[in-house]
Amino acid sequence: MKHVKTLNGATLKNSAAHGGCGECQTSCQSACKTSCTVANQKCENNK
Amino acid sequence: MVHTFTALGVSVAVDVNSGAVHVLDRTAYDLLEALNRENANPGRLAENCPADLAAQLPQYSAEALEEAWQDLRALQEEGLLFVEDDYIDPAAAVAMQREAPIKALCLHVSHDCNLRCKYCFASTGDFGTGHRMTMDFETAKRAIDFVIERSGKRRNIEVDFFGGEPLMAMDTVKKTVEYARSIEKEHGKCFRFTITTNGVLLNDENIEYINREMSNAVLSIDGRKEVNDRMRPTINGKGSYDVIVPKFQKLIAGRGDKDYYLRGTFARDNLDFAADVMHMASLGAKNISVEPVVGGPEDPYALREEDVPAILAEYEKLAEELRKHPEVNFFHFNVDLAQGPCVIKRLRGCGAGCEYVAITPEGDIYPCHQFVGNEEYKLGNLYEGTFNMEISKAFSNLNIYTREDCKNCWARFYCSGGCSASNLLVNGDIKKPHHVGCELERKRLECAIALRAIAAGMAD
Repeated sequence: MKHVKTLNGATLKNSAAHGGCGECQTSCQSACKTSCTVANQKCENNK
Repeated sequence: MVHTFTALGVSVAVDVNSGAVHVLDRTAYDLLEALNRENANPGRLAENCPADLAAQLPQYSAEALEEAWQDLRALQEEGLLFVEDDYIDPAAAVAMQREAPIKALCLHVSHDCNLRCKYCFASTGDFGTGHRMTMDFETAKRAIDFVIERSGKRRNIEVDFFGGEPLMAMDTVKKTVEYARSIEKEHGKCFRFTITTNGVLLNDENIEYINREMSNAVLSIDGRKEVNDRMRPTINGKGSYDVIVPKFQKLIAGRGDKDYYLRGTFARDNLDFAADVMHMASLGAKNISVEPVVGGPEDPYALREEDVPAILAEYEKLAEELRKHPEVNFFHFNVDLAQGPCVIKRLRGCGAGCEYVAITPEGDIYPCHQFVGNEEYKLGNLYEGTFNMEISKAFSNLNIYTREDCKNCWARFYCSGGCSASNLLVNGDIKKPHHVGCELERKRLECAIALRAIAAGMAD
């Protein structure tokens, strides 16, 4: 493509198939304690 | 839904529902923006660039627009643009959350503090109770038993030693860690401990302990000396900066590969907080978080609507600075686009009140640390063996589809609905997002994504 570079694919949609194990860190425990950002947590699903 | 924005000179399109992110040249960006403005849900794109769109962009040749249009069509064909969210079942997410076991504790081992921070949501340690106390081991032990019992099949259990100032209850901290470690294997659990400290009581012994036992250490400081000392004085009204900085530096030097964050708060008095982040970096910290203050409309330090333009500009300024310092990890610019949490986690957000609870020295249970002392939201008590499922359900029902203002926000899968406590404080409703907080969050995400594009070599 001449006009577009894709930085990231459809990872969100793809994650629906295997998500929801609940093993990842609770977002507010990591650093913020005041404002919630979830997208910087690591996925811990090893399956 | 597609969100287009330009930050740090990078033109970006986020395909909200698929998670795809694209960097566009000006032709494609202006064309997509015009299309999005005209119809945010255009359905299948036409075979050729529509004449009415081309007419809005006379600065580009017909050939260039057609070429860009075909690129956009190809993205749609590949499921990377204008993807619907029909693959998500919100009811399933709600059901899953309702059954979510408790797996994270904010353990308030001390409702006392040796600082008197002016913006403290814990009322300088006592959480408005009027009496200061530390948690005894019996209560902490019951908290560990409680989370083991309530965590179902979840293996990873998080315990954050919090306060007040947790180093004022170091004996309880050590006994709690020892107890949890002694029983985790037989219960099939893996405890991860973190501590959030103001640093005043750090010494060689507890630095060594923290660096051995705590998987994450959150170290509170607000940045520049004058900023920190204005907001974070000691009980005697003296500044804390000179006391804590050498201790934090020593702790960080011995941290090895374990996580830590030097963590600050910015308020109305330091809207130029990029300087505080860079100051913290100059102290040797690689992981830094500086957060907007939590405050109600009556608090003089609280951020106001009129401050938003200056704060947004400051985030962009900070991103420009950090562009030159890729070794510095700023918490809110750290968005993992490719391997971040699954969409189900992103629907549910922080899990306060269902996956995550706070426990006080008295054994009272609250939805999170920010709710402590708010009797209306008290979930129960460890000694009474109570846990109010009705209150917990009100939290487990929260997700980006049940929070009305989140449904149509492009950032919904990144912030997951914001902070319930902040929503309650500002809007009187855990479901109604704090408008100012939302604007800040969206700007942080735009900066984060632009920095990712730059790091990937996609910026011109």
